[in-house]
Amino acid sequence: MSTLLEVSHISKRFGGLQAVDRLSLTVNEGEILGLIGPNGAGKSTVFNLINGVYPPDTGRIFFAGQDITGEPPYRVARHGISRAHQIVQPLAGLSVLDNCTVGACFGRQALPLAAARKAAREVVEMIGLGDRADSLAGSLTTAGKKRLEMARALSARPRLLLLDEVLAGLNPTETERMIETVRKIRDSGVAILMIEHIMRAVMSLSDRIVVLNLGTKLAEGTPREVADNPDVITAYLGDSKLLTAAERPA
Amino acid sequence: MSNILLQVEGLEAGYGDVQVLWGISLKVERGSMTTLLGANGAGKTTTLRAVTGALRPRAGKVVFAGEDVSWLSAHAKAARGLVLVPEGRQLFSNMTVQENLEMGAYSQRARQRFATQLEQVYAMFPRLKERRDQKAGTFSGGEQQMLAIARGLMAVPEILIIDELSLGLAPVVVQQLAEALKSLKAAGVTVLLVEQNLHLALALSDYAYVIAEGRSFLEGPSAEVAAKPEIRQAYLGL
Repeated sequence: MSTLLEVSHISKRFGGLQAVDRLSLTVNEGEILGLIGPNGAGKSTVFNLINGVYPPDTGRIFFAGQDITGEPPYRVARHGISRAHQIVQPLAGLSVLDNCTVGACFGRQALPLAAARKAAREVVEMIGLGDRADSLAGSLTTAGKKRLEMARALSARPRLLLLDEVLAGLNPTETERMIETVRKIRDSGVAILMIEHIMRAVMSLSDRIVVLNLGTKLAEGTPREVADNPDVITAYLGDSKLLTAAERPA
Repeated sequence: MSNILLQVEGLEAGYGDVQVLWGISLKVERGSMTTLLGANGAGKTTTLRAVTGALRPRAGKVVFAGEDVSWLSAHAKAARGLVLVPEGRQLFSNMTVQENLEMGAYSQRARQRFATQLEQVYAMFPRLKERRDQKAGTFSGGEQQMLAIARGLMAVPEILIIDELSLGLAPVVVQQLAEALKSLKAAGVTVLLVEQNLHLALALSDYAYVIAEGRSFLEGPSAEVAAKPEIRQAYLGL
């Protein structure tokens, strides 16, 4: 399997907080890589570094063999990296189809309007919003908006899709549907890097998992390997050594 | 009178478009220490916010001391003795220890018992008495957490609800807090505890509820829950 994204020793500091500390990871063609970790581990910062919201203090980011370090988000999108945000940000006054058309216009292929609309239509159908194509984005339900956020990102025809908590706030039925959709996207040949708090979902979807803690990589491996890793268990469940200490009489 | 002090049934709550809780139920017995466990994002803080009135539940019921308080505001609940020690302490950092404690005794009921309550709280936390005139903002994280608990006690709680007792604190400080919690329990204070360290929470508490994805996942006496292999699943999904 060939490497699509290579993140090499990237760091980012905000004032006194080292949010990301010499992190390296790779995403291969056609795979789903799950990025997990406790709150404040630095997951969203990693996404912001990859899609160019801000440049890393150190380190390089390579995509499909090209060095894209420090490029702004619109250029990163041109390279073929799209992002679905945790807090959905549709253009509320535009229709579902128009939202996706915007995505296609500013995506990897920078399609002219007619072609962009056609590409958007295909994605809208594929993602299950076909019957809402002409509805205003602002009128969609939470689940609908989450789907639209993904559809708009996909309309850019990315090679890599960054998914930031697309399952948050969905009910059980919607969650199952969304998991199926993520699989479908991967099967269509798009690699996926996903941040997800719903562990059951991320563990079942991901080919590999990277666990972040305090801005560094705590563990990496298959879901099973990661779930059995003692460092990961301590990071998630707490240090059991504290228990024996707490039980000791004062 | 029933021994159940707090009963939560089918609680649903969220923020804007995002629903976080999909039906949380739990009971807290008078005089017990009960813990609410779950991974990041499982809905622990949201549960506490909905129980204490900082957030309006969308569905479900909160019954406190036999009264349905689901729709009462936070201050009305606090006045009845349903008291929250919030995550991150939320002290008045430019006020002294004593002033913070005075702020804790805000309700009429608490004001009436201010003198005796202050005496008890200082007896429980002598370090706070020594430093009663020091500004809260100059305290270490552990001392601030002690003060936050003490401020909660000044409200004369029927139940003290503590969110993230040990977050961001060094292990030695966490052990001091654990001791403080044991003395609360010995004094008969009913406590509902949210704590990131599962081992600590289970060691301190009598009964545990584990939630995952905004739903009840498992429950039982803490010692039994500690022995269940499924608990890892709630945190790690596998």
